[in-house]
Amino acid sequence: MAEKTYQAGVKDYAQTYWTPDYQPADTDILACFKVTPQQGVPREEAAAAVAAESSTGTWTTVWTDLLTDLDYYKGRAYRIEEVPGDAESFYAFIAYPIDLFEEGSVVNVLTSLVGNVFGFKALRTLRLEDIRFPIAYVMTCGGPPNGIQVERDKLNKYGRGLLGCTIKPKLGLSAKNYGRAVYECLRGGLDFTKDDENVNSQPFMRWRDRFGFVAEAIDKAQTETGERKGHYCNVTAPTPEEMYKRAEFAKELGMPIIMHDFLTAGFCANTGLANWCRNNGMLLHIHRAMHAVIDRHPKHGMHFRVLAKCLRLSGGDHLHSGTVVGKLEGDRRATLGWIDIMRERAQEEDRSKGIFFDQQWGAMPGLFPVASGGIHVWHMPALVSIFGDDAVFQFGGGTLGHPWGNAAGAAANRVALESCVEGRNAGRDLEREGGDVLRQAAKSSPELAIAMETWKEIKFEFDTVDKLDVA
Amino acid sequence: MTEISDYRSRIGDPGSRRFETFSYLPPMDRNGIRQQVKYIVSKGWNPAIEHTEPDNAFGHYWYMWKLPMFGETDVDKILAEADACHKANPGNHVRLIGYDNESQSQGAALVIFRGSA
Repeated sequence: MAEKTYQAGVKDYAQTYWTPDYQPADTDILACFKVTPQQGVPREEAAAAVAAESSTGTWTTVWTDLLTDLDYYKGRAYRIEEVPGDAESFYAFIAYPIDLFEEGSVVNVLTSLVGNVFGFKALRTLRLEDIRFPIAYVMTCGGPPNGIQVERDKLNKYGRGLLGCTIKPKLGLSAKNYGRAVYECLRGGLDFTKDDENVNSQPFMRWRDRFGFVAEAIDKAQTETGERKGHYCNVTAPTPEEMYKRAEFAKELGMPIIMHDFLTAGFCANTGLANWCRNNGMLLHIHRAMHAVIDRHPKHGMHFRVLAKCLRLSGGDHLHSGTVVGKLEGDRRATLGWIDIMRERAQEEDRSKGIFFDQQWGAMPGLFPVASGGIHVWHMPALVSIFGDDAVFQFGGGTLGHPWGNAAGAAANRVALESCVEGRNAGRDLEREGGDVLRQAAKSSPELAIAMETWKEIKFEFDTVDKLDVA
Repeated sequence: MTEISDYRSRIGDPGSRRFETFSYLPPMDRNGIRQQVKYIVSKGWNPAIEHTEPDNAFGHYWYMWKLPMFGETDVDKILAEADACHKANPGNHVRLIGYDNESQSQGAALVIFRGSA
């Protein structure tokens, strides 16, 4: 546009970045933000400011704008919607051309979409609710190193959810005592045990010692039960070099799975580790420490469904999802929305589950949601009903807190899971008849009977802080 | 609180070996197995039978009994094949599988005759 001339100064964002007639292209990255502007800032201007600050704009006009085709590269605020039941906030929908982002880089996408714009003064709060990644972009990302189907085949686990347990106390055990706790859980019938997220390589238990003892525990439990087992060896480390060193050693020991904390370690480390896992045939369990800092406030930060989408792109075979029924936050419909994000091949917009966009995943494998946190045998019918088979159920206290020890606790959980799956397959309604199913199973499992007695009264019934936006 | 019970599981005891899904429950009776076959059929999965000597149960590949019963929805016919496999291989574990071709996985897999080592 040769007729454009340079005029220094500040102009309203809306003039350039509010484009209500724009039809998003199939290749655009789309985002939905919940915007709460400062008083007196018009919605169109606030939406345009978000589009500008998360793409090409800055606060003033600069002469170099004229050296490029800004009309092509700019983000566009193309729609504004009411937030049901909320007068002060609104949803802003923004479209970004695909070439604003480096291929295969969740890091780059987030640096733009949730970068400086979140500190922008004209906004009181800002929350990224959802992202639509075009299939063209999805296919540039590595995704889960293995995926649900490959993991089931490798571990020979079919027709049921998988069972895990986080070893407790989370800090302070010696490596040998820790391996004992792992062995007891696995011989009792769990598929996995897990390093707690803050177990890295502290002075009381260095990672190399832990991995060695755990490997022996797995080998013995496999020989004893005839079933395949794993322990999520946490390779989260202060530096990528150290992380890869730990991963290599786990592989050397013949371990099937390692673990990583994707938010505290960061997407760069996570994507690299996922690539390493793909190249080395290792399963990758992903923990989400720090997520609630980012996703819990209903008006500021990023929704968990965004973090889940980004993780699926970056790579992981398991991701913690919340339990709906346990001790940690999680609305049921919203949880269903993000477990779909982890598992399905395609999703349609469904506001009743908090899903703002259609999303195609193409050939990218799905990953297992992991339900963990304050769950025990009494929750099993609800867990099987909510999650189905493609999930990992993790009972930490619910295994280790059994009066007869970990092996009995593990057996109780395994019997509870199998009886619920058997009942469901035979046509029983677990949400109504789950108690009967468990009581029946307990008649031939003293381990389950004692577990049911022990945890009879424990419930976690608090209101959810971050609810779906409904009128 | 009751007395603490020891957890009876030993490498030296072949009875301690498990066979994945439903192997922590008591063996299913005829009707129980029938319910699971009906479930496989209702999901549109392809039934299949495989078996192994108990000593070789850990491997991924058991002996396939004939071919998977593609498109078979008659529960009695499926059960009859399982019986035939058991009769021909009396000491072996016999596993019933529901192949889910959409997920390229097995939607169900359960040992319905437990062999003796």
